[in-house]
Amino acid sequence: MSSDTLFPSLESDVVVALRDVHKVYDMGVVQVRALNGVSMSFKRGSFWAVMGPSGSGKSTLLNLLGCLDRPTHGHYALDGRDVSRLTDDELSDIRLQKLGFIFQSFNLIPQLTVAENIELPLFYMGWEAPASAARARELADMVGLADRLEHRPTELSGGQQQRVAVARSLANAPEVLLVDEPTGNLDSGTGEQIMALLAQLNAEGRTIIMVTHEMDVAGYATHQLHMVDGQIERMEGEG
Amino acid sequence: MRQWRVIRNVRLGIKTLMLHKLRSLLTVLGVVFGVGSVIAMLSIGEGASREVMAQLEKLGVKNIMLESIKPTADENAGAQQGFLSMYGLLYEDDERIRLGIGSVVRTVPVKVIRKDGRLGERALELRIVGTTPEWFQLVKRDMLVGRALTQRDSERRANVCVLTEHGARRLLATEHVVGESIRIGQHHYEVIGIVRSEEVSGSIQAPDQNVDAYIPLSFARQRYGDNMYRRTAGSRESERVELHQIIVEVESEDDVEPAAEAIQALLRRFHKRQDYRVAVPLTLLRQAEKNKRMFNIVLGSIAGISLLVGGIGIMNIMLASVTERTREIGIRRAIGAKRRQIIGQFLIETVVLTTVGGLIGIAFGIAIPVLITFWSKMPTIVPLYSVILSLVISVAVGIIFGLYPAIRAAKLDPITALRHE
Repeated sequence: MSSDTLFPSLESDVVVALRDVHKVYDMGVVQVRALNGVSMSFKRGSFWAVMGPSGSGKSTLLNLLGCLDRPTHGHYALDGRDVSRLTDDELSDIRLQKLGFIFQSFNLIPQLTVAENIELPLFYMGWEAPASAARARELADMVGLADRLEHRPTELSGGQQQRVAVARSLANAPEVLLVDEPTGNLDSGTGEQIMALLAQLNAEGRTIIMVTHEMDVAGYATHQLHMVDGQIERMEGEG
Repeated sequence: MRQWRVIRNVRLGIKTLMLHKLRSLLTVLGVVFGVGSVIAMLSIGEGASREVMAQLEKLGVKNIMLESIKPTADENAGAQQGFLSMYGLLYEDDERIRLGIGSVVRTVPVKVIRKDGRLGERALELRIVGTTPEWFQLVKRDMLVGRALTQRDSERRANVCVLTEHGARRLLATEHVVGESIRIGQHHYEVIGIVRSEEVSGSIQAPDQNVDAYIPLSFARQRYGDNMYRRTAGSRESERVELHQIIVEVESEDDVEPAAEAIQALLRRFHKRQDYRVAVPLTLLRQAEKNKRMFNIVLGSIAGISLLVGGIGIMNIMLASVTERTREIGIRRAIGAKRRQIIGQFLIETVVLTTVGGLIGIAFGIAIPVLITFWSKMPTIVPLYSVILSLVISVAVGIIFGLYPAIRAAKLDPITALRHE
């Protein structure tokens, strides 16, 4: 089945579409229904905050959106392509080409320098060293860390590390940025700087889907999605 | 593009390993010792066997050596006054072998007499070797100057001699001049040629020693006879030996062993006692080759066990490393690394580790034989194949023992891996 028939109403400005997505974890004795029939579309250029209590399924949703996992049931179209039944290798390619991740705990690789961390997606995309290094410099400059390229992540503050992570997530020019509690490990001042950076990226036209439980962080987003018990409770926001 | 990625991975591997220098070194010690001992022992074995082979080949693979030996009964009776010990190979034996066995090309009888040689004031104990001109064809040696014995010398029973280089240098004070007349015992000889001396060591002795004088057998027999008297420690020994040695050459290597059998059978008929010995260089050569093979098998097993243990150690450390770097693996997978790229990264890291270990091992393996040769003068040869083999083995150990940890790393679920603390 082509994505056209799957998502007949798919408009070109919808970048992520979910249709009746279920995720069931088989824990042996019991089955945990982490997602229970989620249908949703995210428009290109929007900035969503996914909220909800722990166990509401927001992390599971983010993992699915990030192509780190496959739905048990239902369909997921990313940029017009159904990705819900792809193989591990194909999902890796989708992540590499279309997605960027920003994590709560930064997730930089400690033995690599700042430049090498930013270049990591380009390395797997097969970029040549000079082009890759130039791109890393450009991105580091954008997040204000041009003078830290040869440093190790451990030599940087939390805020600086998260900015490196932002630069890395942008290296492959992704369709969608997936963000998981970006300020969870930062003090409030630094957190605000990071959120301002994300808001700026959104203003430049990037689609961002962010999981958070903090109201003030969610306030940077243009839309909010509230989840309870693996289902969408309500949505807020303009558009 | 791929090459660049491999190079990056190699650099990354080196970098990661350098973060834990001591751990990496300890991990790879098994490979270092394994490879080092393989090369060192192969070099020593190669050196020793080359030496033996060279000696044996000098004796000739188509030759059979017969030697007279004094029976033990005579050895004990030797002290008695007036006892004449008669033993050994006979002139007739030479003739019987030459004429009686089909594959024999020629025989060279050798008679050895010890006498002092003299030229003016200089004196030197010489080993007089009475033999036939064919000796010089069988034992291939360079004539430094002059000529070898000829058939005519034998027929004429000429009082001529060929000296070895060492003897000539000590007796004539030169090895370039022929025509001098030297005195051996009561007889004068004209020096007609000088042959190169040979450094002979080991248990098997070539038929000539360093200080030899070769004279026609016919002349030796006529002048010295077959009886010999020796004064030792207050008693007198008398013995009668016709020939001390017979060198038999056969047509081809295949004839050597049957001919040796036939000679044994023939001699048994005419000798009541075991007063001779038959040595076949070819058999000894084969024995030496067999010993070398055995040596290599034993060596190979030891090296194999050492590399196996080393490899298991490496696998163990790599498994620990995979656990330790679970989160890194999660990050790489989230970014878009495929499973096989994770496998590649860890495999290359392990291969880098074992290759570095192999190179250190090769350095040790080359240094040890060099030092052994330097200190003990024992010949060693580092065979090129052993170095290449070691390198191949090092890489193979890396691949074999790195594969499982790498697969384990690639199989990690990215979500779980990312959550790993």
